[in-house]
Amino acid sequence: MKKIALLGMPNTGKSTLFNRMTGGAARVGNWPGVTVELLSGKILLGSDMVEIIDLPGIYDLHGFSDDEQVVRHFLHDNVPDLALVVLNTTQIERQMSLLLQLKQLDMNIVVILNMADEAKKFGITVDIDKLSALLEMPCFLLSAKYGGGYPEAVEAVTKALRYPTPGMAAELRSQLEKDELIEIEMAKVLKNTVQVPAQLSDKLTERLDSIMLHPWLGLPIFFGIMYLLFQGVFFFGQPLQGIVNDMLVWLREAALEPILSGLPQAAQGLLLDGVYNGVATVAAFVPIIVLFFLFMAMIEDSGYLSRAAFLMDALMSRLGLDGRSFVMLLMGFGCNVPALMGTRVMRSRAMRLLTMLVIPLSLCSARLQVFIFFTAALFTAQAAPLVLFTLYLFSFATAILTALLFKGKFKSTEPFVLELPPYRFPTARQMTMRGWLEVRHFLRRASKFIVAGVVIVWLLTNLPPSAAPASADTWAGIIGTALNPFFAPIGINEQLTIALIFGFIAKEIVIGALAVIYGLSGEALSGAIGVQLDWVQAYSFMLFTLLYTPCLATIATLQNESKKIGFTMLSLAWSLGLAWLVSFTFYQGARALGY
Amino acid sequence: MSAITLNTLLPGDVATIVSIHAEEALYLRLQALGFRSGKQIELIRKASFSGPLQVRIGTTDIMLRRIEAIKISVEK
Repeated sequence: MKKIALLGMPNTGKSTLFNRMTGGAARVGNWPGVTVELLSGKILLGSDMVEIIDLPGIYDLHGFSDDEQVVRHFLHDNVPDLALVVLNTTQIERQMSLLLQLKQLDMNIVVILNMADEAKKFGITVDIDKLSALLEMPCFLLSAKYGGGYPEAVEAVTKALRYPTPGMAAELRSQLEKDELIEIEMAKVLKNTVQVPAQLSDKLTERLDSIMLHPWLGLPIFFGIMYLLFQGVFFFGQPLQGIVNDMLVWLREAALEPILSGLPQAAQGLLLDGVYNGVATVAAFVPIIVLFFLFMAMIEDSGYLSRAAFLMDALMSRLGLDGRSFVMLLMGFGCNVPALMGTRVMRSRAMRLLTMLVIPLSLCSARLQVFIFFTAALFTAQAAPLVLFTLYLFSFATAILTALLFKGKFKSTEPFVLELPPYRFPTARQMTMRGWLEVRHFLRRASKFIVAGVVIVWLLTNLPPSAAPASADTWAGIIGTALNPFFAPIGINEQLTIALIFGFIAKEIVIGALAVIYGLSGEALSGAIGVQLDWVQAYSFMLFTLLYTPCLATIATLQNESKKIGFTMLSLAWSLGLAWLVSFTFYQGARALGY
Repeated sequence: MSAITLNTLLPGDVATIVSIHAEEALYLRLQALGFRSGKQIELIRKASFSGPLQVRIGTTDIMLRRIEAIKISVEK
């Protein structure tokens, strides 16, 4: 199958063009020579199926950022039949250099001058025929966003694919170190073909920036937008999660239970409470992930995300992070899973890993449910909100501590020099495409792991068959007893230890697990816990719940996004160790003070 | 008309880039974004709390940290 590589600088609308060409039927995959996964899609061009690969946006073919190396290695090991080079027409004088670097590789190239609509607005005119002639490559003006000029470009790509690639030199770097020639050629091409007005007048962006990046107003506006984003995701997300849950319960009661009723009790339990519950756990994340990326696409495509980086950089650079990490960290307070997936906007791998190490410490909405239950059971109505607030403080403090401790290990070597693109309207098509792609990515990569984990915990809490479920005689109970020397010093008893094993799957099921363990529910359960525990033990349990492994889905996502088992293990070990240390310090300290 | 560093400009100042004293990775990134000696550069704004700078070269707005701006000499 013939391969088309999509190349260009960041912010050229390359991905928008990719989405338009593949219609959202893309997949992520591995390629020889590169360690990161790339998005690719197969489409029918003329009478042949061809594969389009969306390469990361780069500024310079012989640069040394992570992305620039990926592109170089990719081209080296996977010579494409055609390079589709996307340039942002409004920045053509600067972007031409990358095109000419690529031209020197003697590849089969078609040039797309994207954002033709914006360029027209700015008064930039391009003599496209003359440009094609001078470059000796077919060039097309296009608006990938709205589709103008698209059919002509596709036709040219189809035609260009019929000719074999002239061949590409293996020694990319030596070929490329001809900066001067490139500069001279660039000046010649531009002088004859492109007219750019002396001063660009994007009054709208300038006016918006003067408010959005205002020295005093900028930060409050940023927090306001973050608050709306957060509320938006969960305002719409929670009812949707409820609907998904109701549908799954209905399916279970109406269809699965009658069908499986002939099977022995244990097999029913394994299939329904193990496998089916695992599927339900996966399904519960779907609405949140779709909504999160709908909103994220809006923030990203509008150009606001780089403004957020500008505003928050003063604080975040001291933690070894940047403003985009902060956005993801905040989103983690809703749900860690999409926040971890969202770190993909960070192009430096070291900074991305550091952010991914910090996010699981954000107090997500699932953990909040556990804390609300426990604070209601053990504290007065006046004290409860204050207790919740201290847990949020612990969440922030441990996040900052983690960043400070690990920033030396995950040191970003990429220069922090970013473009601030003009504000743009995101299209509904781009937003829905993004949400859909991310959900598919999550389902494909994380679902098996999550279902397997839920089944294992079911087995632990239900075997041997003679024991009552979740009792001290089950394997989970035996593990709980064995772990007692670790948990006794932090004031956590055996029943709560079993609940923590359940909490490994998802924090949402901790309360349900306690109900099974104690054989009580609702008021009776909170009453029994209120009698059995004192506030010091309960707070220690909450601290541990806050900091230890958030949930199976988070682990699956950490592994999936980092692709490094060592990193996932580090994150697990760090959160468990930190949870124990913090709980230990609190519990023993409080006891020593006589509480 | 002596050379000063980019970080000392005030919002609204327009200057000409004289030279860039940066390590290779930063130098290449700056080059690709249009930082070259002789080019005009305008300082648009500085973020509060010693945050990054927003500058404009030609048609592109760019943000960079102050420690990186120190490495760029300009002439008013």
